[in-house]
Amino acid sequence: MDATFFMNVISAGLLTGLVYGLMALGLSVIFGVMRVVNFAHGDMMVVAMYAAFLLYTKLGIEPVPALPLVAGGLFVVGYLLQRFLINHFLGVTEHIQFLLLLSVAMIITNVVLMVFGPDARNIQLDASFESYSLGFLVLDKVRVIAAFTAGGVAALLWAFFRYTTTGTAIRACADNPVGARVVGLNVEKLYAITFGIGTACVGAAGCLLLLLVDVHPHLSSDYTLLGFIIVILGGLGSLGGALLGGILVGLSEALSGVLIAPSLKSMFSFGLLILVLLLRPQGILGKKP
Amino acid sequence: MLEVRDLDLYYGDAQALDGVSLDVAEGEVVAIIGANGAGKTSLIRAIAGMKKPGRGSIRFDGHDITGRLSSVICDLGVAQVAEGRQIFPSMSVRENLEMGAVLPRARSKRKETLERCYAMFPKLKVRSDQAAGTLSGGEQQMLAIGRCLMGQPRLMMFDEPSLGLAPAVVGEMFKIIRDLHAEGMTVILVEQNVSASLKLADRGYVLENGRVVLSGTGSGLLNDDGVRQAYLGL
Repeated sequence: MDATFFMNVISAGLLTGLVYGLMALGLSVIFGVMRVVNFAHGDMMVVAMYAAFLLYTKLGIEPVPALPLVAGGLFVVGYLLQRFLINHFLGVTEHIQFLLLLSVAMIITNVVLMVFGPDARNIQLDASFESYSLGFLVLDKVRVIAAFTAGGVAALLWAFFRYTTTGTAIRACADNPVGARVVGLNVEKLYAITFGIGTACVGAAGCLLLLLVDVHPHLSSDYTLLGFIIVILGGLGSLGGALLGGILVGLSEALSGVLIAPSLKSMFSFGLLILVLLLRPQGILGKKP
Repeated sequence: MLEVRDLDLYYGDAQALDGVSLDVAEGEVVAIIGANGAGKTSLIRAIAGMKKPGRGSIRFDGHDITGRLSSVICDLGVAQVAEGRQIFPSMSVRENLEMGAVLPRARSKRKETLERCYAMFPKLKVRSDQAAGTLSGGEQQMLAIGRCLMGQPRLMMFDEPSLGLAPAVVGEMFKIIRDLHAEGMTVILVEQNVSASLKLADRGYVLENGRVVLSGTGSGLLNDDGVRQAYLGL
């Protein structure tokens, strides 16, 4: 194992990490604004992956062009879920919210299992067998495409929150929900939009991840946990933190995969989590409470 | 302009308002006084649409606004400077002000109103890019008033605007309300500072345990023995 080999593993980890980061961004946005922990996050990711799978196998639409469709579809799902279900549970104690979203997660997993069966599926694009060479680095073409698209979506999201009136209004709701009502913002509607944006991020991440891994229904709980690890690492509610956490987890997975054994990669992600909880409980980019 | 009739309001089983009726005419300053827990803030919240009343009706400018969404009521021009200011602490002063003008009635005039606010409160202009949470208490109160004005209100409801402010700033606060009144603004003023608010007000209402127990002109209430004993300690 020489240095070139390591550089390649590290860059692959970095690129995958950006896609993880986009997934966690959705979780972070939802928590940051509504203080709701979306336990169905991984399930929505799996739904998005299957949607991208169907769009490719039935209609021939590749995951990157399919991304706006899938993200849009998941936006609608998230919007309706918040508007008609979760909004009724905002004032209640946390464990009730937890049970509610866990139930949603269970229902989604089982519906997916019923429709698609337990087998792993994947797609093969022409690009799946191509790569870019940059000096000694050899990067899988699909991984580069996935990472850059993820970065692009994250940048769009940032610009949305920074420069649009709706984005600013959502930040206002997060900052002071009472104040938001005082100025006449429709907080319930903005919450629904926020949940929609959160699930749209997962939708986008799901499309991109299908380029890199096989999908099966039981991936859902893995990705929910992975999302939690990433946002806690990066700092809850911090958008930059979610991306950074994603990259760190991507790196640790890639390195532990080659250095020790691929099946141990989650062990290292959780190890990293424990380390951050011990040394910097608010997360790497998180603000002190 | 505003007609409140027989309003009841509950928090769970606890009754906060019991058959409250009140009128505000255009251009008037109406003070609402009463002890802590008398229902003053509940009344403001009910008018603003932040809390649904159990019974009774609220009409503004001929529109029935009872139990309507706060976004709808705000868009008719009913705005408030809420208790505790309720600014957005981690957002910039400018963003706070802009959030005051998101509704359709105010949005198109946002730029001009912002300039007017800055002219009225020059300190806010100096600190426009600073996070609102870093302002002093007085400046935050000015920001809350500025944000309220950004919404092009026709009726402004002030809920305890002098609470926690330094005496010098309190004087400034009342001067602002007097100036707004002189320009023709309709104002509902809820204040602990009973004598200052009754001196300023055209009329006043006294709330006790969720009921209106007394009403009259500002000077009439100021000279009422019951009011003097209970609220002015005379």
